[in-house]
Amino acid sequence: MSASAHSVIEPSATSKRVAGAIVILYAVITMIPLFWIIATSFKTPPDSIAYPPKVVFTPSIEGYCNLFTTRTRQTAEYIQSLPPATNFCDETTRKRNMVIAGQSNFLPRFVNSLIIAFGSTFCAVFLGTLTAYGFSRFKVPLADDLLFFILSTRMMPPIAVAIPIYLMYRELGLSDTALGMILLYTAVNVSLAVWLLKGFIDEIPREYEEAAMIDGYSRLQSFWKVVLPQATTGIAATAIFCLIFAWNEYAFAALLTSGTAQTAPPFIPTIIGEGGQDWPAVAAGTTIFLVPILVFTILLRKQLLRGITFGAVRK
Amino acid sequence: MTDANATLLERAAETAVRATPAPVATRVRALSDRAVAWLFIAPTMVLLLAINIFPLIWAIQLSFTNYRANRPNETVKNVGLQNYERILTDSDTWLAMQATAHFVFWTIVLQTLIGFSLAYLIDRKFRGHAFWTTVILVPMMLSPAVVGNFWRFLYEPQIGLFTYIVSFFSGIPPSEIAMLSSVKLAPWAIIIVDTWMWTPYVMLICLAGLRSIPDYIYEAAEVDRASPWRQFWSITLPMALPFIMLAVLFRGIENFKMFDMVNLLTGGGPGSTTEVASITLKREAFEKWRTGFSSAFAIILFVAVFGLANIYVKVLNKVKSR
Repeated sequence: MSASAHSVIEPSATSKRVAGAIVILYAVITMIPLFWIIATSFKTPPDSIAYPPKVVFTPSIEGYCNLFTTRTRQTAEYIQSLPPATNFCDETTRKRNMVIAGQSNFLPRFVNSLIIAFGSTFCAVFLGTLTAYGFSRFKVPLADDLLFFILSTRMMPPIAVAIPIYLMYRELGLSDTALGMILLYTAVNVSLAVWLLKGFIDEIPREYEEAAMIDGYSRLQSFWKVVLPQATTGIAATAIFCLIFAWNEYAFAALLTSGTAQTAPPFIPTIIGEGGQDWPAVAAGTTIFLVPILVFTILLRKQLLRGITFGAVRK
Repeated sequence: MTDANATLLERAAETAVRATPAPVATRVRALSDRAVAWLFIAPTMVLLLAINIFPLIWAIQLSFTNYRANRPNETVKNVGLQNYERILTDSDTWLAMQATAHFVFWTIVLQTLIGFSLAYLIDRKFRGHAFWTTVILVPMMLSPAVVGNFWRFLYEPQIGLFTYIVSFFSGIPPSEIAMLSSVKLAPWAIIIVDTWMWTPYVMLICLAGLRSIPDYIYEAAEVDRASPWRQFWSITLPMALPFIMLAVLFRGIENFKMFDMVNLLTGGGPGSTTEVASITLKREAFEKWRTGFSSAFAIILFVAVFGLANIYVKVLNKVKSR
């Protein structure tokens, strides 16, 4: 596809070099905030709010300690009367005249995020695959209208959806439950799943299944044994997109959950220390939260375009 | 050979199926295609009806009342179109719409300009362009809430990195750069974060557009001795335009409903300078608990998004078919 080296349209070496330099400069600048947040997670609280901002600092895992624990202030005499500290977290906390009082809510919130993200992704991809196959292979009356309807549910502002959902969940006892959030995220993600998967399934030649059916497979068997194995890449890519959405989602989570079912995004901004936001702890939570996304971005880079345009643009 | 055989066989099988009376066909294939189709599509439709359409209908019904969700036992009065009337004549709503328009307009302008330029440069295919493209894409994959929160740290007066860098280069003392609490700067603070986060999105779509232009068109232009400038304006830009418009459409819809980032950066403040429509909606619905009123506002927003998107898609199709 690409032009050969001596083609007239191949950009010159200089223009390539200039283009490369500008793009790399942009990439580096755009990464600064991200590096900064990761760096902050390894700073001590005084280092994190130093002026001018500290680029060189002694790394510490105090932020991570503070993220996972709650602490109470104690008198020096009391701290001295305690048995010697057993680990780094204990030690640093005591240096600040505090003792660890217990576990913070971060871990349960993180687990909620995992349960809700994976649960809703499974449901959305399951339903989406079936529906996409249905639209791809059968003549469904009003197919275009139904597909547009499925897409349009995604255009609604989340807050507008949240108002009646809030009332409905209150009536059904689903407020602040993982099940309620899974249902909601499934409904939001299923539109993406249907649109993406329909594109992927459309690309699998019908002849395969038809041949299988002539060999005696039923429609369901040929779907299960012929189409699904062919669509694995598409299903995996779709699943990751759904996972990222559910993982990152904030608006619904902030409005509809408050305690037991709260996920990490609305929780992280609420981490506060003494006298304001505990930035190293917030940064630590953010870093832990972002790592899976970075991994997914690398895995997905080839399918990214398709995913973000609902399958409208394919490479 | 085998393909041809398969097609022949298939045709034979199809004729056989068509000739077979329905009940027999059903028995042969266990489930008719029609049954399978409905079995596959119905669950999704039921879910969307339950989670999206039913609540929407409920919201429409509530929008004609003075219902308040925090007082469920109070008698609900039907107020007719009063909620809608108040929203459309209320100056606060118009301020919110103005803030939204300002935000949507500038984010789209900046993201399209930067995104397209980046795509154009990446399309020069310098060494390592694939790697750097992936690096640039990272911000758009992050959670807007988390992004909003850590940019709040970068914007902190005195200690924030952004504040420090700006003051370092401009010489303005850092205590005077209050990105989030100054009426003048706050809207731009949000625009900067959104642009940082979503420029890669526009870039990626533009890149697909640029790559969709076949080489032979440029070769022909070269033969005709069209200048690079001329080639850009009469080949590159027009042929990438449908893609650019697609990116603008998606960004426009997304930013029209923007909530998470603004909520965490400024919460609508200072005063109500950055109070975009979704923030107003949240304040009305979940702080003042005017459920009926906010339902009406939600419906208006939904109709607006839907209408704008529809008009835009029509224009897009026109451009595409040109």
